[in-house]
Amino acid sequence: MTDLIRLSAADLAGAIARGEASAVEATRAHLDRIAEVDGQVAAFLHVDEAGALAAAERVDRARAAGEELGPLAGVPVAVKDVLTTRGVPTTAGSKILEGWRPPYDSTIVQRLRAAGTVIVGKTNMDEFAMGSSTEYSAYGPTRNPWDLGRIPGGSGGGSAAALAAYEAPLAIGSDTGGSIRQPGAVTGTVGAKPTYGGTSRYGLIAFSSSLDTPGPCARTVVDAALLHAVIGGHDRRDSTSIPQPVPEVVAAARRGATGDLSGVRLGLVSQFSGEGAEPGVMAAFGEALERLTKLGAEVVEVSCPHFEYALPAYYLIAPSECSSNLARFDGVRYGLRVGDDGQRSLEEVMSLTREAGFGPEVKRRIIIGTYALSSGYYDAYYGQAQKVRTLITRDFTAAFERVDVLVSPTTPFVAFPFGSRTSDPYQMYLADLFTIPTNLYGGPAISVPCGLSDGLPVGFQIMAPTMADDRMYRVAAALESAVGTLTPPAL
Amino acid sequence: MTITLPPYEDVTARFEPVIGLETHVELGTRTKMFCGCPTGFGAEPNTQVCPVCLGLPGSLPVANAAAIEATIRIGLALNCTIASWCRFARKNYFYPDMPKNFQTSQYDEPLCTDGYLDVEVDGRPVRIDIERVHLEEDTGKTLHVGGATGRIHGATESLVDYNRAGIPLVEIVTRPIPGTGADAPAVARAYVTELRDVIRVLGVSDVRMEQGSLRCDVNTSLNRPGDQWGTRTETKNVNSLRSVERAVRAEMLRQAAVLDAGERIVQETRHFHEETGDTRPGRSKETATDYRYFPEPDLVPLAPDPEWVARLKTELPELPRVHRARLQQAWGLSDLDMQAVLNAGAVELIERTVAAGSSPEGARKWWLGELARRANEAGVDLSTVGATPADVAELQSLVDAGRLNDKLARTVLEGVLAGEGTPSEVMAARGLEVVSDTGALGAAVDEAIAANPDVAAKIREGKVAAAGVLVGAVMKTTRGQADAKAVRELILSRLGVQ
Ligand SMILES: [Zn+2]
Repeated sequence: MTDLIRLSAADLAGAIARGEASAVEATRAHLDRIAEVDGQVAAFLHVDEAGALAAAERVDRARAAGEELGPLAGVPVAVKDVLTTRGVPTTAGSKILEGWRPPYDSTIVQRLRAAGTVIVGKTNMDEFAMGSSTEYSAYGPTRNPWDLGRIPGGSGGGSAAALAAYEAPLAIGSDTGGSIRQPGAVTGTVGAKPTYGGTSRYGLIAFSSSLDTPGPCARTVVDAALLHAVIGGHDRRDSTSIPQPVPEVVAAARRGATGDLSGVRLGLVSQFSGEGAEPGVMAAFGEALERLTKLGAEVVEVSCPHFEYALPAYYLIAPSECSSNLARFDGVRYGLRVGDDGQRSLEEVMSLTREAGFGPEVKRRIIIGTYALSSGYYDAYYGQAQKVRTLITRDFTAAFERVDVLVSPTTPFVAFPFGSRTSDPYQMYLADLFTIPTNLYGGPAISVPCGLSDGLPVGFQIMAPTMADDRMYRVAAALESAVGTLTPPAL
Repeated sequence: MTITLPPYEDVTARFEPVIGLETHVELGTRTKMFCGCPTGFGAEPNTQVCPVCLGLPGSLPVANAAAIEATIRIGLALNCTIASWCRFARKNYFYPDMPKNFQTSQYDEPLCTDGYLDVEVDGRPVRIDIERVHLEEDTGKTLHVGGATGRIHGATESLVDYNRAGIPLVEIVTRPIPGTGADAPAVARAYVTELRDVIRVLGVSDVRMEQGSLRCDVNTSLNRPGDQWGTRTETKNVNSLRSVERAVRAEMLRQAAVLDAGERIVQETRHFHEETGDTRPGRSKETATDYRYFPEPDLVPLAPDPEWVARLKTELPELPRVHRARLQQAWGLSDLDMQAVLNAGAVELIERTVAAGSSPEGARKWWLGELARRANEAGVDLSTVGATPADVAELQSLVDAGRLNDKLARTVLEGVLAGEGTPSEVMAARGLEVVSDTGALGAAVDEAIAANPDVAAKIREGKVAAAGVLVGAVMKTTRGQADAKAVRELILSRLGVQ
């Protein structure tokens, strides 16, 4: 048998369906790989070997019984530790949830199980998904398989690194300001943020409710689309879930893979003209744009004047919502409890628990958000940010009257060395400069590898109108067919 | 500081009160506000919970459509405007009975606004303006163990029951009510009573103050005539209709004493104490006063279909005020008589008694007479005195049929109240019935005449008043089971006086 860990999810599922490999063999191969390399990469916070093998056995039995298997049955998947998994530790990268075993599965995890995928473990992340490097994980950073001295992106660096290190062919992430796409970009993998409401948030530990979007991560565009189709669609337990079927993402990806983009109009946002981005990133992006033109696409420059306010608006809205969402972590009902010695008051125990349980970036955002929602400041901060959000949405709507998708580099810089941006929060926030506008608008966007800069991967971002997720998959697959997948150096 | 309270008449002569009421009503929906958990009262602690109402990480709310409909119906019954678009909001504060450390409520975009409720105080109509009716979730219940106060401070441990967390709660807020003078306590009580009755006929809550499904906070301020309104206090822990009235009165007296002493009223939350009848400062439940409200991002805005709202309006049941007017007319009561029925809390009992076949007059006589007296003696509510409307209707029909006289009927009622059964069962068991067989009665009369020849002679001479002695003798032999009037007539006719 060929090396099972290097197959795409689609190929692996095909091999299992044809009986060329069993699900247990596929799972075992990935568990072995994790055992071999995760000491260096640190992509996983928890590996559920027993649960994974049991799930794989069920798939093999179903196949033996002649049951119809789903398109990803038997394929291992790594889940970002922000999604609840029944009975399996879920920490959101925080000390405050250390040891918590949720009594329920998130909707995404339920759908993964129902589709016969094999959940191998929970991946590392910046605490409560706040960060761009995994350096804010309470359990230590994940290392980028391209260069173990560099960050894997964040917050979903664990999921992206697991893919790049061949520890899993599929992973789940969540994207609030770029937490799927930026890790995808800096690890040379594919990461898609679906339309807000296109994937259920039930069981996704909330950072910023109006922005959080779970989504698929993979090494190929078709794999991402296959995973998207499995996890997407309406969920009655999430009020903000859109009651419509998942767009035809798999068909769109397959169509794009034929390499024909004739008639497709790509919008180049003039506000993203490269200021603040590394020259190597802009060079790779420019080359990719040329390749797409050769495939028949037309490039149109569009202006989105309010995009420059996206970062400040985001850093008011997201912390405001997080200050409220994270209030429940008080040591009363679950997770960490500090200082409960029978003498201290409830308020003191709550304070000590939160002081000990939250890391510096989480505290920073809770403080900012608490301030922004305070009486007397609400209108100037949260209220104003919501107005900016409306204006950014108008920019998108206007742009999509002229073009089919918008394109940009995913992130202004390639994977940076550990410690190089933690001393200045603003330098860290810049990582999401190009990804945040989409979150404020609510539309879908994907990052796909488009080349290297100094030997490190560069991501190409494609943004589409809400519920037109299929469009971005088509363009992404076309670019992938032209560029090819990127292979990191051997670990 | 020891305060000497001035006489109430003196307070109302020198000050004008402004009151306001915030009422919370737990809806009787089958499931909670944002999850599918049941809402029954009295279950084992923490058995009616799920990830959503426990606020577990990752859980999300989904609004209960039945609760939204119930709130809109309350709003319509209170003559409110129903918002065509509104949102839930988060009210942020830390307290262990709130699983998320925020309450999902409504803030500047309530579901219902600008209504009114007409009430009557001593036959005088008063219109109470309603500012808003909104929907929110209830909190859990905390039990503080150890320590002297039963409050969280000083307790050695605290137990939290989240069964109540997430039960739909409707908050009804009045506008400030000025100009009621000495009637302010009565107006407050009349409002809560009427509101309770309105919500009860809507069938959306059991509105039981003693179980906490209707809870009331009373705002009170005093000002001297011509001055601006005074600083208000909010009084909580007002757990009965009577307490509503007492709490307003107590707070008026207290504030007058404070103002008389040249001090200022502190804007604060106070607690009413049932036993002593006074209000005392409450320790604020939450330390923060800035709730940092913002629109709840986990829930989509509510946009009730105007046609649906219009249909709900046409489908409202007859409201208590209209209903009472109709009954008063049907029963042929004067305003004064109707007021007596209302004051006794007997409207529904009489109505059900009439429905069970009694005449209105008979029903009213029993409930406002003998039964009211008994309830009063026993210190219980009229509705729990021990006789049902069906019992009373049966009793009255036995009287109407001549099978019981007044005295016997009271004896039978005694048996009913003692739990011996229905009136006819009591009659049978105790062998009580008016002797209407004229043959048997005639024999008893003849016997009495024969036994009292001198009395009979006096009657024959025209001293009709002496007949009472013979009537008494007949009633004795028949053990009271004869109609005294019929006995008297029979005696007079036997003696040839008539
Ligand atoms: Zn529940």
